[in-house]
Amino acid sequence: MSHATTHEHDHHDEKPKGFVKRWLLTTNHKDIGTLYLIFALIMFFVGGAMALIIRLELFQPGLQFVQPEFFNQLTTVHALAMIFGAVMPAFVGLANWMIPMMIGAPDMALPRMNNWSFWIMPFAFAILLSTFFMDGGAPAAGWTMYPPLVLQGGKNVAFMVFAIHLMGISSIMGAINIIATVLNMRAPGMDFLKMPLFVWTWLITAFLLIAVMPVLAGAVTMILTDHYFGTSFFNAAGGGDPVLYQHIFWFFGHPEVYILILPSFGVISEIIPVFARKPLFGYTAMVYATASIAFLSFIVWAHHMFTVGMPLGGELFFMYATMLIAIPTGVKIFNWVSTMWQGAMTFEAPMLWAIAFVVLFTIGGFSGIMLAIAPADFQYHDTYFVVAHFHYVLVTGAIFAIIAAVYYWLPKWTGHMYNQKLAKWHFWLSVISVNVLFFPQHFLGLAGMPRRIPDYATQFAEFNMISSIGAFVFGFSQLLFVYLIWKTVKGGEKATSKVWEGAKGLEWTVPSPAPHHTFQDNAPVNDADLAHGGAH
Amino acid sequence: MIKNGIKSAWQTFVVLGAVLFSTAQAELALNMPKGVTEFSRDVYHLHMIVLWVCIVIGVLVFGAMIYSIIKHRKSKGHKPAQFTHSTKAEVIWTTIPIIILIVMAFPATRVLIKMEDPQDMDMTIKVTGYQWKWRYDYLDEGFGFLSTLDRKSNLARQPGSGIDPETIPNYLLEVDHPLVVPVNTKIRFLLTADDVIHSWWVPALGWKRDAIPGFINQAWTEILEPGTYRGQCAELCGKDHGFMPVVVKAVSKDDYKKWVAMMKGAEVEQAKLDEKTWSKEELMAKGQEIFESQCASCHQKNGQGMPPAFPSLVESQTVKGPLKDMIHTVKFGRPGTAMSAFGNILSDSDLAAVITYVRNQFGQQNDVVQPQDVAAINQS
Repeated sequence: MSHATTHEHDHHDEKPKGFVKRWLLTTNHKDIGTLYLIFALIMFFVGGAMALIIRLELFQPGLQFVQPEFFNQLTTVHALAMIFGAVMPAFVGLANWMIPMMIGAPDMALPRMNNWSFWIMPFAFAILLSTFFMDGGAPAAGWTMYPPLVLQGGKNVAFMVFAIHLMGISSIMGAINIIATVLNMRAPGMDFLKMPLFVWTWLITAFLLIAVMPVLAGAVTMILTDHYFGTSFFNAAGGGDPVLYQHIFWFFGHPEVYILILPSFGVISEIIPVFARKPLFGYTAMVYATASIAFLSFIVWAHHMFTVGMPLGGELFFMYATMLIAIPTGVKIFNWVSTMWQGAMTFEAPMLWAIAFVVLFTIGGFSGIMLAIAPADFQYHDTYFVVAHFHYVLVTGAIFAIIAAVYYWLPKWTGHMYNQKLAKWHFWLSVISVNVLFFPQHFLGLAGMPRRIPDYATQFAEFNMISSIGAFVFGFSQLLFVYLIWKTVKGGEKATSKVWEGAKGLEWTVPSPAPHHTFQDNAPVNDADLAHGGAH
Repeated sequence: MIKNGIKSAWQTFVVLGAVLFSTAQAELALNMPKGVTEFSRDVYHLHMIVLWVCIVIGVLVFGAMIYSIIKHRKSKGHKPAQFTHSTKAEVIWTTIPIIILIVMAFPATRVLIKMEDPQDMDMTIKVTGYQWKWRYDYLDEGFGFLSTLDRKSNLARQPGSGIDPETIPNYLLEVDHPLVVPVNTKIRFLLTADDVIHSWWVPALGWKRDAIPGFINQAWTEILEPGTYRGQCAELCGKDHGFMPVVVKAVSKDDYKKWVAMMKGAEVEQAKLDEKTWSKEELMAKGQEIFESQCASCHQKNGQGMPPAFPSLVESQTVKGPLKDMIHTVKFGRPGTAMSAFGNILSDSDLAAVITYVRNQFGQQNDVVQPQDVAAINQS
């Protein structure tokens, strides 16, 4: 962060001196947000490096670079790092930075807990990643950690379980903090139905987190006791039930995927109106759609388990419930398109990423509807079709939304405009390569390639090679992103407080860079300043 | 710079298009196979219906979006409208998807009910998943056998083998003993597993079903055309998950009867093998063959294993210790580890041979184990 502008913002901008006081002991929502975002970026590259080794091995048939057991460790830890290390912390970072500024609060409601919930994360990941250097290596049973396979792991079982406990504690504390902040710290006049959608989606996400993280903690604790203390929760030979684990895991796991995507919906709902210069279409419908998706996420978990042998009634229920999710999700997409309709659009970097999000997330949604059809899932399940599906919703969905958010708010954070040309290069390289990477995986899955295999039959060779080429271009394009962020932090054209011509909302009423402390005087909010002040 | 970017992006697209086109020329599978059962064809049609519904919706939504992106841009001087909501629109785009989903749910429900109703079956096959092989038991005929990755693929897939997979016919999709079944016969499958969860999948049959330890799952099929159909284990089951293919050979009913008679003859031969007394040379030769097909994927060809998950046999106290304990370990497995109970998989003469081989080769023991010695060891 630049200190050059400090003198302009009198007492609001007194940052603690020294690294320890500024970063280790910080209780400032902006600094903690920055820490979260930097951590997420690092984990994005750690998880990405694993993905590139995976794609390198899959570049052609035969085993050239890694042993099969190391390959399984990579797929497992890649997923854990990306989900718990990159996407979730990135959204918590965005929430920390933006929610207080968006609702006119001086800081998060529980600043010390905020500090703690961040500083747990590096330790959780040090524990998880250290398993790579142990006898027997890292966990290799997939991020879903299905017993009995996961119980064959060595020492890594304990490390994996405790790492997940720590991540869960961190997430729950982050969620409590967000709920407490949104419920209690809104400036006078910031009614619930005037809140930015990013705040709404995060409020709902936080409730999901509190509901399901303890369920995951319970599931992995039972794995721990099965492995070390002779219990038989999931061991059929001891009277336990390996399928029970899957029910518990996916009761966490399905809401978890909405935890990853709902804040993205919020980000996109902020960006599109600004660059279309037109209020968000159907604000209230968006809020209700988000809440409906959150509710449905609790009653669809077994669609991940159509092939485990459920009774017909169960399969029908979970098929119908899953198909229902298409309706609120469709409402969101139709509303975004209607927001663009008849607007006056410009295509700066945040808008480009947001549009790519809408298109590519919708493609991921389409394959989601296909997967919901239980009899067809008997073919799709556990193939590259599923891999393509969840990478469309998580990479071109969640991660594209995070990148869009960074491009949207970076001038507010740093006080500098970034190089639009470079940002557009980053966009075009990424959006083309990500499709080269993931689209052929649909074909691979339909043609019969199972997921999580280090080597494959020769008829899958061509599409795997194309996919790997896309992976390398996509991976290395992200270095441009880091370079661009670094340059923008260091300097650049000065950003105005409004930054974007069509920007509306409280965060755009404070100077850029945002002073260290904002909204310390609880002034009433003026509806005209809000993005959704009079929209309904 | 942007223009160059767009140009180079366009060039990339052209090159990729060419690659895609040429791969399509090579008749690469882009779509789900129609398969050879009524169910797989139903699933294929279901898949195509939903795919086309998605494509049509996609064209409409993306079309509207692209039109808007072209027309409603500030650089064209378009003035933004200020409408913010329309209850009518929200009702319309909630109702139409509901109708589409209901229309899709009908055929999906019908196909699912048919799949989950295994009535009037003609025969039953029990499928058991092991790390990393399948066992098929013909319950009506009273025999069964193991099915593992064939030798050629297994050699080529070793890291640094130097063998080009393209030179191996059906690389990774070939087994030593395929599952042989008659066509036009309703076959019930009972699926279970011995160690971890596996999933038995042949795309041409139209379904996969998990094989779970402690559970017996049910599925059925009726293959309409003779032929060889290939698939793989679909549930991550450890390091060699990618190397346990499924091969189903569907033959005419007459050929099937002949094959069953042949297999029953082989069973009689096998029983004789378990009764005779073997020389050490015979045991060592057979033992090496079994060791390499059944044991070497974990314990390695040189017996060094991959500690800690797969212990070294050279250092093993079990291999050097009392013979009875070792027979017990191999026959009944080590619960809680990847060591499965090979007594369920191999015959007594096979076990005798492989134990003789391991003790002589890795444990410096001068033992000769006979099938009768193996038969004498009980679980408790």
